[in-house]
Amino acid sequence: MQFMLLFSRQGKLRLQKWYVPLSDKEKKKITRELVQTVLARKPKMCSFLEWRDLKIVYKRYASLYFCCAIEDQDNELITLEIIHRYVELLDKYFGSVCELDIIFNFEKAYFILDEFLLGGEAQETSKKNVLKAIEQADLLQEVRHLMKLMLKTFYYFKFT
Amino acid sequence: MPAVSKGDGMRGLAVFISDIRNCKSKEAEIKRINKELANIRSKFKGDKALDGYSKKKYVCKLLFIFLLGHDIDFGHMEAVNLLSSNKYTEKQIGYLFISVLVNSNSELIRLINNAIKNDLSSRNPTFMCLALHCIANVGSREMAEAFASEIPRILVAGDTMDSVKQSAALCLLRLYKTSPDLVLMGEWTSRVVHLLNDQHMGVVTAAISLITCLSQKNPDEFKTCVSLAVSRLSRIVSSASTDLQDYTYYFVPAPWLSCKLLRLLQCYPPPEDGAVKGRLVECLETILNKAQEPPKSKKVQHSNAKNAILFEAISLIIHYDSEPNLLVRACNQLGQFLQHRETNLRYLALESMCTLASSEFSHEAVKTHIETVINALKTERDVSVRQRAADLLYAMCDRSNAKQIVAEMLSYLETADYSIREEMVLKVAILAEKYAVDYSWYVDTILNLIRIAGDYVSEEVWYRVIQIVINRDDVQGYAAKTVFEALQAPACHENMVKVGGYILGEFGNLIAGDPRSSPLVQFNLLHSKFHLCSVPTRALLLSAYIKFINLFPETKATIQEVLRCDSQIRNSDVELQQRAVEYLKLSSIASTDVLATVLEEMPPFPERESSILAKLKKKKGPGAVSVTELEDSKREGGELNGGGDRGPDTAAMAASNASTPSPSADLLGIRSAAPVGAAPASAGSLLVDVFSEAGPIAPSAAVNDDGFLRFVCKNNGVLFENQLLQIGIKSEYRQNLGRMYLFYGNKTSVQFASFTTTVSCPGELQSHILSMHLCTKPVEPLVEGGAQIQQVLNIECLTDFSDAPLLNIKFRYGGALQNLTLKLPVTINKFFQPTEMTSSDFFQRWKQLSQPQQEAQKIFKANHSMDTEVLKAKLLGLGTALLDNVDPNPENYVCAGVIQTKGQQVGCLLRLEPNAQAQMYRLTLRCSKDSVSRRLCELLAEQF
Repeated sequence: MQFMLLFSRQGKLRLQKWYVPLSDKEKKKITRELVQTVLARKPKMCSFLEWRDLKIVYKRYASLYFCCAIEDQDNELITLEIIHRYVELLDKYFGSVCELDIIFNFEKAYFILDEFLLGGEAQETSKKNVLKAIEQADLLQEVRHLMKLMLKTFYYFKFT
Repeated sequence: MPAVSKGDGMRGLAVFISDIRNCKSKEAEIKRINKELANIRSKFKGDKALDGYSKKKYVCKLLFIFLLGHDIDFGHMEAVNLLSSNKYTEKQIGYLFISVLVNSNSELIRLINNAIKNDLSSRNPTFMCLALHCIANVGSREMAEAFASEIPRILVAGDTMDSVKQSAALCLLRLYKTSPDLVLMGEWTSRVVHLLNDQHMGVVTAAISLITCLSQKNPDEFKTCVSLAVSRLSRIVSSASTDLQDYTYYFVPAPWLSCKLLRLLQCYPPPEDGAVKGRLVECLETILNKAQEPPKSKKVQHSNAKNAILFEAISLIIHYDSEPNLLVRACNQLGQFLQHRETNLRYLALESMCTLASSEFSHEAVKTHIETVINALKTERDVSVRQRAADLLYAMCDRSNAKQIVAEMLSYLETADYSIREEMVLKVAILAEKYAVDYSWYVDTILNLIRIAGDYVSEEVWYRVIQIVINRDDVQGYAAKTVFEALQAPACHENMVKVGGYILGEFGNLIAGDPRSSPLVQFNLLHSKFHLCSVPTRALLLSAYIKFINLFPETKATIQEVLRCDSQIRNSDVELQQRAVEYLKLSSIASTDVLATVLEEMPPFPERESSILAKLKKKKGPGAVSVTELEDSKREGGELNGGGDRGPDTAAMAASNASTPSPSADLLGIRSAAPVGAAPASAGSLLVDVFSEAGPIAPSAAVNDDGFLRFVCKNNGVLFENQLLQIGIKSEYRQNLGRMYLFYGNKTSVQFASFTTTVSCPGELQSHILSMHLCTKPVEPLVEGGAQIQQVLNIECLTDFSDAPLLNIKFRYGGALQNLTLKLPVTINKFFQPTEMTSSDFFQRWKQLSQPQQEAQKIFKANHSMDTEVLKAKLLGLGTALLDNVDPNPENYVCAGVIQTKGQQVGCLLRLEPNAQAQMYRLTLRCSKDSVSRRLCELLAEQF
């Protein structure tokens, strides 16, 4: 996979992940062009299109479009399911995810993506394993948070 | 899991994001952002040291601003500071910022690499993963330099956690893609391949992407992966949908891994081991069988995952192209999908069938779906699906169905989307010419093309129809009649006027007997279009008029009057004015004899080579064209173009083109005007050329030099092999002479037609250095299925050279033109004479060759085994004498030899110093000619 873009129906970019080195200018140009192309397509149309020498695979979830660019020999259908698995991961983590979750917790969306895809290839396809990695990280944070809380409210805290 | 209770909620960030979202205008947003940027800048510059949390928050805000599309030029240092925090989330944000916003500030890169190094050696798996993700996300050369040797160690170490292995594998893949020269697997190769056997499915899923990429580049070193991949695939395919627990996706066991396994196998030919092959065929059959089973779930995810595997399996079947049974089953399966209600499946089935159409085993099976595909072209609502249907029709076209397919494409053109019209026009034009049995059909088709989609008909297309009409006298009368009728339409396309003007000017006499198309009627018809046309077309029409005066003296008065009127003779356009003046004078002064000579009928166009050939020749200069090549164009020309007299009557041409070497190229100038020069009169290959970038089975002419380097140290072997053809070589050299035997083996069961080979010397090789005389004998034009033919090449080395001669092979296989160019392994070292000498002699000569240009040196990593015997064999294969007891260090190798060219002898001394510990070599060459040192050094550096 060469890159993945998430954008809203209004054409606002919500997440961008590039797996090939490109200049900022080129990235902006590609984004503009693709957002326009994909938004212009009708709902029943097929999820794949040829674009430059790449294949674009996209799918809409509620107000968000997930759009991946893959190379000629890559598999379109499995890419479609990569998108779906990512949506499932976001959904599970945020608890029925919506666009706002991704806006306000954009860094989390990136972290989850990094656990799932690395360098444009599937790293871990098991939902459990990906979420375990993310939760572990959260836990590291939470433990510290709790420790602080414990120090402040030492008298009220009970171990169960 | 509750939403956003994730420990580290940064309130300041959330407030800022809300503010931005509440901005009513772009200006307000920019104002808010600038305020925030000023705030962050002052915080970062302030005297008070920021705590980790604040730093993290501000860096995160900067990141958000950047992702909104604004430039960020500070904060990098603070992000780097976060990397060395021991708080996980601070580190994590630091890495995220670096991954998204890294710039090549060298000072920073050093700091970043330091932080990464610390995390990699921390033995804390979460930190290690973060560091590896960062390397994979940035993937810069600096990082490759710093970590490419460390990561393979992490990947194969026994005590590495699974999750770290997964990240390490893909991290390495990314580095390999950006800096392949820095990622050396060497000793790790077999352990990496064995990751395919890992217990942990996630590790296999990640590692296989790396293995696939490495296999594409070094298939031989990784070929043990084939049997491992087959057994892994077989275990997955035969497992029940619940066996793989969380790796089962909507009842499909490990779909991602299955696809990747099938993809890996496509890097290799079918397994040679019968048992492995049997097991694989069984897997493929199971996958095809499963497609027929009722779905285990109604969810689209289930069918997508299942079909993803199916399509990948079909790709593998097509790649092997050797199992007729599987190919036909694949075709039938795709046939079912052609009518599926899912648009996605119809799209993919059309796409996949396009490749099936080019296989000899399934071409016929694909053809049975013609009606469905035509229907798709007519009824699909999505233009991208229609495009696929058009591609498939083009791919499945052959002599038996050409008329039907061309007719359908023509009728589709009337309503086709603008975006694909031009491509469609080219396709129709190519098919019409390629499969034209009777030329009146061809003329009809092209005229229809102009009528329906005139705007999209490029010059090449209408030039071509004229060339064909001129070269074939059996179609000229028909063409004149047809254009005359087409011009009757009240509105006709300008391209039609051009073709009409040209053809009536040449062959109007053939229909002048009919009073309905008498000369004057013809002229009036043409002239009625004149005022609506652009300047180049008008110029062409004026030329047609003067031809009319010659053909039909009775029109002379009328036409002279037209030419004489102010709008012609005083036209503001110089070109038109000049033509009017000159034609008027010509018609009034010249005697009928002179006029008849000047305006003689156009001679047939000369057979012309394809533009690929022309390009090739331009590079290598005249004289390099072999006999076979000329014969090639002759034969193709004869076949498709009906031949006719050749040899252009240039005098007549010059005369008929007398007045105007005009830049607005009309057909009168067809042979002199440069832009037209591209239109060939042979083979229609130009049209194919024009199209080759878009066509599904387009012939390729890129030079293949895969085999070239393997022959530097040996003389015999297989130079090239694909599914159709195997080329073996045997060569022998003495002094400055060499002889090479080329063996072409047809691997298929079908005859290759028009088989031609050409040897050429690119650029300098031919003209500047003129180093080799290549003498080739032509090969037979037909190569039967399974047969092998032989060709001999005599080579003489006149002086030293660096380039290699190119071997171009063309043939037709099942209607498709195959075009292949290989580098012939004729290298300068082939003309070595070994020279034995003593240690003192060697070093004396070594010192004599001490000018800096005479020496070439290279230090490089070992790519192959460093075993002594292997090295010795290679050095002997090089052609030099391998000198024992010369170098004081017994580990080193020294060689000496003389290169024999016709005019000169070049003495060469070589020293190779291996360093087994570092897996490196230092190679030094000293030759009496500096270009030889350089070339030998380049060649040899790839051998060890």
